[in-house]
Amino acid sequence: MNNPLDFSGKVALITGAASGMGLATAQAFAEAGAAVVLADFKEDAVKAVAQKLVAAGHEALAVRCDVSDDAQVAAMVDRTVAEFGRLDAAFNNAGVMARIAPIADSTREDWDRVIGINLRGVWSCMQHELRQMERQGSGAIVNNASVGALTGNPGIASYIASKHGVVGLTRTAALEYVKRGIRVNAVNPGLIDTQIARDVVNGDEQAYAELAKHVPIGRAGRPEEIASVVLWLCSPGASYVVGHALTVDGGMTVP
Amino acid sequence: MKAALDQAVETFGRLDFAFNNAGVEQPIMATAELTEKEWDRIVDINLRGVFLCMRHEIPLMLKQGGGVIVNTSSGAGVKGFAGQGAYCAAKHGVVGLTKAAALDYAKANIRVNAVCPGIIETPMMDRFSGGTPQGRERVIAQEPVGRMGKPEEIAAAVVWLCSDAAAFVIGHAMVIDGGQTV
Repeated sequence: MNNPLDFSGKVALITGAASGMGLATAQAFAEAGAAVVLADFKEDAVKAVAQKLVAAGHEALAVRCDVSDDAQVAAMVDRTVAEFGRLDAAFNNAGVMARIAPIADSTREDWDRVIGINLRGVWSCMQHELRQMERQGSGAIVNNASVGALTGNPGIASYIASKHGVVGLTRTAALEYVKRGIRVNAVNPGLIDTQIARDVVNGDEQAYAELAKHVPIGRAGRPEEIASVVLWLCSPGASYVVGHALTVDGGMTVP
Repeated sequence: MKAALDQAVETFGRLDFAFNNAGVEQPIMATAELTEKEWDRIVDINLRGVFLCMRHEIPLMLKQGGGVIVNTSSGAGVKGFAGQGAYCAAKHGVVGLTKAAALDYAKANIRVNAVCPGIIETPMMDRFSGGTPQGRERVIAQEPVGRMGKPEEIAAAVVWLCSDAAAFVIGHAMVIDGGQTV
C-alpha cells in the first residue's frame, strides 16, 4: 500500500541521533538506502547506534557533536562530506527541554543553554549545511521545531521561545535558498514517546499518561511517525513544499 | 454527492480516501464590489461543497472503521489576498471545517487534513491569470521558487497524507506553495 521512499545514493545527516526522534529518523533514512551520519553529544550512545546500523548492512558514521559549539558543528559537516562526498538531507533535531520554572524564577544560565542548543544550534547547523548544499545546487533541510512553536506553555519560556524561533529561522532560510535548489522546512511534533516528553512532566509516568489521553487521537505519537514525515519532506514528492512547518501532533493544537 | 458516493461503494465495495477538491476561482474584485450572487457562488462550491462531501463520506468511512479525508483549501486559506474576499473567506472556512471535523473523528480512525496549494498550473489558474504570457509572469513573480507548481506536486502530498506515513497528522493545513505565503 505504501510506496517506500528511496534514498539510495543519498547522504543524510541527523543531529541528536542517539535517541528519540533523531534515532528513529536515522534508522528510517538508513532503511531507505541513505548513508547516514549520526551526530550527538552523547558519544558512546551514538557510536553504539551507528554500529548497530552498520551491522545491519547500512552505511553509518557516528560523530560527536555539541550543536551549541560552532567549531564542532563545522567539523561535523566537514566529516560528513569527507566520508561520503555530499550532503543531501539534514534533520536538525538536537534539542533539550528547559528547566521548569516561571519566567521570574528562571535563570540566565538555563536560558542560554536552551537557546544555545535549540535555536542557535539550528542556525549553526544550517550555516554549514547550506554552504555545502549550495555547492551542490541541491539539498533538503528539516528543522525539528515543536507544537511549542505554535502555543505558549507555562514553565518553559526559553523552550517555547527557541521553538518559535526555529520556525522563523526556517522560513527565512527557505526564502533565501529556494532558488538555489535547497528546500528548508520544519516539523512541529506534538506529544511524542521520548525521554524529553517525560522531562516535561518531571518523569511522572502517570502525568504523561494523562497528557497522552488528552491528545485528540487518544495517544502519544511514536518517534517513527515523525521520521516518516521528515523523510517525505526531504523527498521529491515534497518538491513544492517550501518554508512550511508541518504539525504532527495527533490533533493536539487543533482545539 | 450522495448518489456518486453510493455508486462508488457499490462498484468498489469501500471508500478509503476522499479528496474534496472541486473549487472555483474568484475574479479579482475588491470586497465591496462583490455581488451577493458572486459571494454565494464562491462560498457554495468552495466551502459548502466540502461540507456536503464530508457529510456523506464520513458515515461510509465510519461503517468500515476508518478512512482519510483531504480537503483543498489554498494559500488564500491561511493568508489574505487583495481582491479575493469571497475566495479567502471560503478557503479559510475550509481550514476551520477541516479542523473541527478532525477533532470530531480523530478517535474514530478518520483523519481529516487540508492542503493549501499556491499557484498551480491548472485551467483554473489560466482563467485567473488571463492565460497570457504577461498574466502568467505576473502570478509567477509572486513565487519565491520562481515557477508555478505542477498538479502532480499537490497530488503527491494528498497521496502521502492518505498514507500511514501521516498517521499522526490530524487537522493540519499543509501549505504547498513554493514559499509564496512564507
